[in-house]
Amino acid sequence: MHELAIAESVVRIASTHAGVRRVTRVYLKVGHLRQVVPSALAFSFELVAQGTPVEDAELEIEEIPATGKCRACGAESRLESFPLQCRDCGGFDLELIAGEELYVESLEMEAHPTKAGS
Amino acid sequence: MHRTAVRKVVFEGVLDANDALAQANREKFDRAGTYVINLMSSPGAGKTALLERTLERLRGRLRLGVLEGDVQTTLDADRLSRFHVPLVQVNTDPGFGGECHLDANMVRSGLSELPLDGMDVLVIENVGNLVCPAEFRVGEDARVMVYSITEGEEKPLKYPLMFRSADLVVVNKMDLLEHLDFDLEQFLAHLDAVNPGVERILASARTGRGVDEWCSWLQRRVAPS
Repeated sequence: MHELAIAESVVRIASTHAGVRRVTRVYLKVGHLRQVVPSALAFSFELVAQGTPVEDAELEIEEIPATGKCRACGAESRLESFPLQCRDCGGFDLELIAGEELYVESLEMEAHPTKAGS
Repeated sequence: MHRTAVRKVVFEGVLDANDALAQANREKFDRAGTYVINLMSSPGAGKTALLERTLERLRGRLRLGVLEGDVQTTLDADRLSRFHVPLVQVNTDPGFGGECHLDANMVRSGLSELPLDGMDVLVIENVGNLVCPAEFRVGEDARVMVYSITEGEEKPLKYPLMFRSADLVVVNKMDLLEHLDFDLEQFLAHLDAVNPGVERILASARTGRGVDEWCSWLQRRVAPS
């Protein structure tokens, strides 16, 4: 289950950027080819975020479809399954231009640091 | 108190920290002149058996070392200890119930106990798992996947991540072919569908089939002619 390791990394990145502020939302981009299971990632995230500035934050996962650009005809195709094939000319020589992303895009945080006990 | 939210753009790769450590490992390997294989497969596909055959054949010709990754136990390291090569076991158990893969930091921690100087090849035997190890670079030069034919024909399509990242696929347990309903042609077609033209060796660690071919592949990689 690499979702747990991914969640740990997401929480670490968010905590570092948040500093003393509380994070309310984390926007994550995940390429389709990463084989990440969103429900497993959300579950792991909730678990790992406990006791950090990211605790109780919402994890917004945006899945990015796999897209290839044909080296023969230049057309771009959305790729639903293997083999990766150009929808225009049927060619198999494609450059993958989307679908392998895995990054924290942005964070939503409280504008002011939370005071202890408030 | 009225609370307002702010949005901060981050654009930080989830695996950036791991990849930076992997790069540092890689520089260490390069300085030592050690070629590094990340050996991956499902549990029970035959990584350790292939390593045993490899050490039998190449010991004395190549200076080999092994970093063994497992969730628990030193059973694999025990199996290989009779070859008297530099060997270190990394257990991933101190993580959350045991990580299902090696990451660059775990490999780095194992390296403190391995003398790289004078080592031609380091084989990192990853934790048996068909998904997770593929996601984490550890500083390797090449990724070799062992796939056993008892796993069926369709796995490349179901679990493309690892198959796509492999430089070589060793198709193991070929001695069982006549006992199984395994369609080799279909499997190879699925393999080509996810990783077109990837190198493959038909092998059996049990009978020794393909082991010479695999050892030659490794020797060519270490010392390109």
